Amino acid sequence: MSRKLVVIGNGMAPGRALDKLFEASPEAYDVTIFNAEPRVNYDRIMLSPVLSGEKSFEQIVIHGDGWYVKHGVTLYKGCKVTGIDRTTKTVTSGSITAPYDKLIVATGSLPIIIPVPGHKLPGVLAYRDLDDVHAMLFAAKSRGRAVVIGGGLLGLEAAAGLTERGMDVTVLHLMPTLMEKQLDPAAGHLLKRAVEARGIKVITKADTEAILGNGKVEAVRLKDGTELPADLVVMAVGIKPNAALAREAGLTVNRGIVVDGAMRTSDPDIFALGECAEAQGQTFGLVAPLYEMAGVVAARLTGDASAEFTPSATATKLKVTGINLFSAGDFAEGKDREEIVLRDAARGVYKRLVLQANKLIGAVFYGDTADGAWFFDLLKKGTDISQMRETLIFGPSFAGGAPLDPTAAVAALPDEAEICGCNGVCKGRIVGAITAQGLTTLEDVRAHTKASASCGSCTGLVEQLIKSTLGEAYEAAAVLPMCSCTKLGHDDVRRLIVAKELKTIPDLMQALEWKTSCGCAKCRPALNYYLLATWPGEYRDDGQSRFINERVHANIQKDGTYSVVPRMWGGLTTANELRAIADVADKFEIPTVKVTGGQRIDLLGVRKEDLPAVWADLNKAGMVSGHAYAKGLRTVKTCVGKEWCRFGTQDSTGLGVRIEKFMWGSWTPAKVKMAVSGCPRNCAEATCKDVGVICVESGYDIHFAGAAGLDVKGTEVLGHVVSEDEAVEVIAALVQLYREEGRYLERIYKWAKRVGIDTIKKQVLDDRERRKALLERFAFSQKFAQVDPWAERVAGKDAHEFAPMADLTFKEAAE
Amino acid sequence: MTATEQAWIDIGAIEDIPLRGARVVKTAHGCVAVFRTAENEAFAIDDRCPHKGGPLSQGIVHGTSVTCPLHNWVISLESGAAMGTDKGAVRTFTLQVVGGRILIDRAAPVARNAA
Repeated sequence: MSRKLVVIGNGMAPGRALDKLFEASPEAYDVTIFNAEPRVNYDRIMLSPVLSGEKSFEQIVIHGDGWYVKHGVTLYKGCKVTGIDRTTKTVTSGSITAPYDKLIVATGSLPIIIPVPGHKLPGVLAYRDLDDVHAMLFAAKSRGRAVVIGGGLLGLEAAAGLTERGMDVTVLHLMPTLMEKQLDPAAGHLLKRAVEARGIKVITKADTEAILGNGKVEAVRLKDGTELPADLVVMAVGIKPNAALAREAGLTVNRGIVVDGAMRTSDPDIFALGECAEAQGQTFGLVAPLYEMAGVVAARLTGDASAEFTPSATATKLKVTGINLFSAGDFAEGKDREEIVLRDAARGVYKRLVLQANKLIGAVFYGDTADGAWFFDLLKKGTDISQMRETLIFGPSFAGGAPLDPTAAVAALPDEAEICGCNGVCKGRIVGAITAQGLTTLEDVRAHTKASASCGSCTGLVEQLIKSTLGEAYEAAAVLPMCSCTKLGHDDVRRLIVAKELKTIPDLMQALEWKTSCGCAKCRPALNYYLLATWPGEYRDDGQSRFINERVHANIQKDGTYSVVPRMWGGLTTANELRAIADVADKFEIPTVKVTGGQRIDLLGVRKEDLPAVWADLNKAGMVSGHAYAKGLRTVKTCVGKEWCRFGTQDSTGLGVRIEKFMWGSWTPAKVKMAVSGCPRNCAEATCKDVGVICVESGYDIHFAGAAGLDVKGTEVLGHVVSEDEAVEVIAALVQLYREEGRYLERIYKWAKRVGIDTIKKQVLDDRERRKALLERFAFSQKFAQVDPWAERVAGKDAHEFAPMADLTFKEAAE
Repeated sequence: MTATEQAWIDIGAIEDIPLRGARVVKTAHGCVAVFRTAENEAFAIDDRCPHKGGPLSQGIVHGTSVTCPLHNWVISLESGAAMGTDKGAVRTFTLQVVGGRILIDRAAPVARNAA
């Protein structure tokens, strides 16, 4: 029988330990996790990109809800453990008591809050978790002033993020130079200049005396009397291990929870792991050693008695876009130490190596960090550098002055060189995976090795490595710009619309530095769609940025006339509707009436001036626009289903009508065609549609990502649901995800190929919370979308579209 | 009337055309497309793409160009010429905006037709 493993804390370190444990021995333990935060395991290193708007929370989740289900892990979200009873071997959180055979304490760290007067005022925040990020984002909406106390890694990342969000930011730092623990004064000075160039004010040697305010924070006062007005104060001065629970349980605690080389605490059944642990008198805050600890814990849990944790040198990178900074090891000055320094002020490059006894013991790079991995490898291995000392500072590929080719530099690295510090992946492993498993893309390498999957700062190195391994076969996935008006790709633009809260096309073009004055016929319709999909109810549709068909709600034909297709819900029509269509065809002398492939009727050859009158007549008979011209929901094709058919298993016609009634009017990146078949004989041809449903006795098989146009492709199976309600829910969630992620003109099958069928499945089928959120967003946007555009125009909207400005034929004829 | 004489005809207010949009003026010699750019300039060209006769007035207006709705040819509103690698041109018409009214020179097309 499985033994019981309880984990207190759901951060990155225990997450990694469980990954390794399940890899080695999936059945060995029955796992229960208590998480004080009300959410799944996410990548805390990536909070800064979430703050700056470069990533969303979903993108930094390490283990989605599905992972816990798959591994049979019981996760208590938002449950803080209140006690560990070592005699009965149980932990308690409120009313829950869980017994353990082995226990992992991974309570992490707490932010240090300087106890100056006013530190408890509303508006004073720490920077540790997603809740802090949300609070900062909320405060940033005011576009007011922020003071960040602490000019270390976290403080600077917070300052950069808040500046991106439109706040006026000042950083206060107690020491004379920024990031003094990782940088020497020279690099600290360069960093200060770069930070200031982004519009962030930096005050060094700033000693905070008090935070002022009446009921909420209003200003910060320094000891020299300076007062800085502030609507938000972020304290980012450091962290301390969170060891209170362990101390109460009687475990040995120093600064952190004391562990031996096996990561065991003073109680051999209890491990401590992560920022709360203290090994060989040190505590740790960077991810690489924490992941090493995780590996040791997992190995020990599966009976490997040889696994030992030994602290090693760590490297630091600053995650502020546009600032390149790398530091590793020890770079204090000392008698027996020598240094090699390279400065290139014009290029903004500074490199400093610290040597001791012919070995590299410290390195600081600013501006050009490309060779960081190579130097870090020399440092970790303690390589004797006396032979290459003369040219050492120029990096690995120095060969007489030729400029460095980054691919050659990576190729020159030894197999043991660490490429990804976060996940401890060395060059040999990446190259091995590429060759053995035939990997060709960055995403593949990430999925198989985890290299560059955490903070992403080694992405460049990993790409170089793929390039040097595959040679010409590899083409970097360079971002394809939307059009020649911008350098940005579709995904960047979509992300920045959210991050910078861009709400009009002119604002967007201004903020994203469009190269043309008002875009082109390629980017404008895309931007109009992105803004419409991002800000439902808020964004005002820009008709002049729509293709003619969507502007006049009919399909332009080769002779400049239009075709008109009224909606026939699920392919159903009535004698009255058919009579009205016949009358319209007669009245307006419409030359061609044709049945479409989507079970509707097309009136072809309508003069533009006649459109509003044609629509008025169709409206009178109860018909609305079929959006046959739209990048939006077109038809939902159905078969007759169990109502009539002797093979029908469900009411496929009814379901089709229901889907169409719920989803009509929604704009999507490209057209969306659906179908519902009542049995696997599939008379509605649902398996070549963007979304298709095949009814079976036990419920509904939902398919998607089919195509029958330029490309012909059968659908993929999304999954099976038992009720009609659930089918509608899943389909709406799927379409909403596509609306949020799809690139303009990218059909569902292409989007699915790009992001992965499984990724989509996870979000709309497995993860019920995510599905619900998507559904809610879809329903909200429908409130504004479900207005019949024909009726609007019959009532007079956009009248200028349908009448000539002037008619000179008579005047001229009269002369 | 001679070709050198100018005959200004008031075809409507510039405000009648949406910014980055176009309207049609019907004449005995076919339709003329009258454009209004984002910068509030007005241009008039033949409403027939040199490629397959697409109605240029229905295209998306950007800068001082329009993209034809049928096959995406881009036509300069200033010169009437197709841009990029496409070859061809449409007629342009002289116009002026006076007190918010667009006045078009009717003489030019007639003269060119005669030529």
